[in-house]
Amino acid sequence: MAEVVLRNVRKTYPGGFEAIKGVDFAVGDGQFCVLVGPSGCGKSTLLRMVAGLETVTSGEIEIGGRVVNQVEPADRDIAMVFQNYALYPHMTVYNNMAYGLRNRGMAKVEIDARVQEAARILELGAMLDRKPRQLSGGQRQRVAMGRAIVRQPKVFLFDEPLSNLDAKLRVAMRVEIRKLQRRLATTAIYVTHDQLEAMTLADILVVMNGGMVEQIGSPLDVYAKPATTFVASFIGAPPMNLLPLSDELRAQFGGAPPDAGILGVRPEDLVIGPGATGDGFLTLDITVEAIERVGPETFVYGVRSGHGAKPTVAGEPGAGAGGDIIVRVPGQVAPPVGDCITVAAPPHSLHLFSADGRRRIAG
Amino acid sequence: MVEHRKFGNLLPHLILWVGVAIVAFPVYLAFVASTQDNATIANGQMSLLPGGHFLENYYKTIFVGSSGTTREPVASMLFNSFVMAMSIALGKIAISIISAYAIVYFRFPFRMTIFWIIFITLMLPVEVRIYPTYKIAADLNLLDSYAGLALPLIASATATLLFRQFFMTVPDELLEASRIDGAGPLRFFWDTLLPLSRTNMAALFVILFILGWNQYLWPLLITTRDDMQTIQIGIRKMIVTSDALTEWPIVMATAVLAMLPPVAVVVLMQKLFVRGLVETEK
Repeated sequence: MAEVVLRNVRKTYPGGFEAIKGVDFAVGDGQFCVLVGPSGCGKSTLLRMVAGLETVTSGEIEIGGRVVNQVEPADRDIAMVFQNYALYPHMTVYNNMAYGLRNRGMAKVEIDARVQEAARILELGAMLDRKPRQLSGGQRQRVAMGRAIVRQPKVFLFDEPLSNLDAKLRVAMRVEIRKLQRRLATTAIYVTHDQLEAMTLADILVVMNGGMVEQIGSPLDVYAKPATTFVASFIGAPPMNLLPLSDELRAQFGGAPPDAGILGVRPEDLVIGPGATGDGFLTLDITVEAIERVGPETFVYGVRSGHGAKPTVAGEPGAGAGGDIIVRVPGQVAPPVGDCITVAAPPHSLHLFSADGRRRIAG
Repeated sequence: MVEHRKFGNLLPHLILWVGVAIVAFPVYLAFVASTQDNATIANGQMSLLPGGHFLENYYKTIFVGSSGTTREPVASMLFNSFVMAMSIALGKIAISIISAYAIVYFRFPFRMTIFWIIFITLMLPVEVRIYPTYKIAADLNLLDSYAGLALPLIASATATLLFRQFFMTVPDELLEASRIDGAGPLRFFWDTLLPLSRTNMAALFVILFILGWNQYLWPLLITTRDDMQTIQIGIRKMIVTSDALTEWPIVMATAVLAMLPPVAVVVLMQKLFVRGLVETEK
């Protein structure tokens, strides 16, 4: 049980590449913190720095009130689950879990008790004598979890532990991990690039991009009030529609502050039909270009009418760039491709960002 | 092949059988000759069927030897060869796995320089550096000793490179997991890397044992005493006689005996080797 605090943590590689450019955040005792961001954003590096597998160039990492910058990984009282599980291929499941405890010189009886308990929790009892290659992906994942929990560490570190599993198993294990973490009440830091995993697991969500933290907060806060256009387009699927705030759009609602340059609206906040407008509503005329029916909902992809040359919001990933508009419609009824439709969103669902996308202004 | 013609496999089989015959016939002939008496061979009327002197010839070979030439029973030569081949094979594996571990897993100054120096020694086999090597061995009083037979041949660039390549395929996460599990460098080497290298070591052992067993030039130089000679030297000495008839049955029996240990190593280790290949660990 411990708090993890990062203070102005930086990482510069010998070549001069700055992987982490000053990160501050704190994970409270027993909280589940998820680091999310696109590949190469430094989230894994940061996790490995907490684990002690990467050195810290400057700043402080504190686990349970102790600065651990110079502490060996084995002495940090952490346990890590790797993306490829990193099970010892030549050891049985039992020995995989017991190895770390033996290295600490723990008594045999105690080791056995802990391994049996972990095996019971993770339903690995029948597999203790097998080698990792005789297990399925999901079972290996469980063994990796078991190896982490027998240590009874202060902090669990997860490095994209579910990305090697198939979609169905991933959802099941996601729930497992969350339940297990709640039950053991152990602080956890979890790295993923999957925003769905991030949203469902996190107590605290840390969105990272380019070695920096873009936003920290509870998942729903981050979703409701993204701090930057990066967060807006990264969290939520499909991503938020981002439009340059042209004079024409400005005219629709008088109160837009002068420093606002980008307007954001989530696909689910847009409603089709002329009847949906009101005072201060955003209304857009779009031509339907494609329809995606996924069952419970349908995504309508359109281009703003009269905006043939798509204006773009520079440098932002995902859709929402320029005149492309995504609308989420519940159910399966959608206008045919080629139709011109009007979509509208109420004023409270609009997000305003500064022109460079780095700052949230209102909404 | 997917096709199953009735005579489709005839030609390949024929070629294989011819190949086997070419390889096996001389070996068979050696065995037959080792069971005849010397007079039969000397007058050129050796039959192609084994003769009746098997026990007598092999007993003499193993426990007495060719009295006129080698003055040592072949059993002692076999022992010398075995000690030499084992020392070379095990020594090479031990040294090269440790150096490969250092090169792959540790960051120290001139790491790559050292790696390239090891690499370059590939171009310097014993034959090329034989004079300085002999001089060093002589100065260290290694002449006529097992250490002298094995030590200079132990350093091995090939095996080091092989282990290096293998270590580089071991996922980094295993090392990291070990570090988190509290295993230091030596424990990681002993508990994880060595068990994973088992199949590589088995394969190398087969190659290196045969290499050591077949050494001729180096033992010829470094040993002068009769009781230190290896079997390869012994065979050669037996053939060259100036004033007496070459004892061909003894020579052939020695040759057959010299073949057995490498064959045994291949047969025994192949099992382990194949099992290792089937159990793809990693």
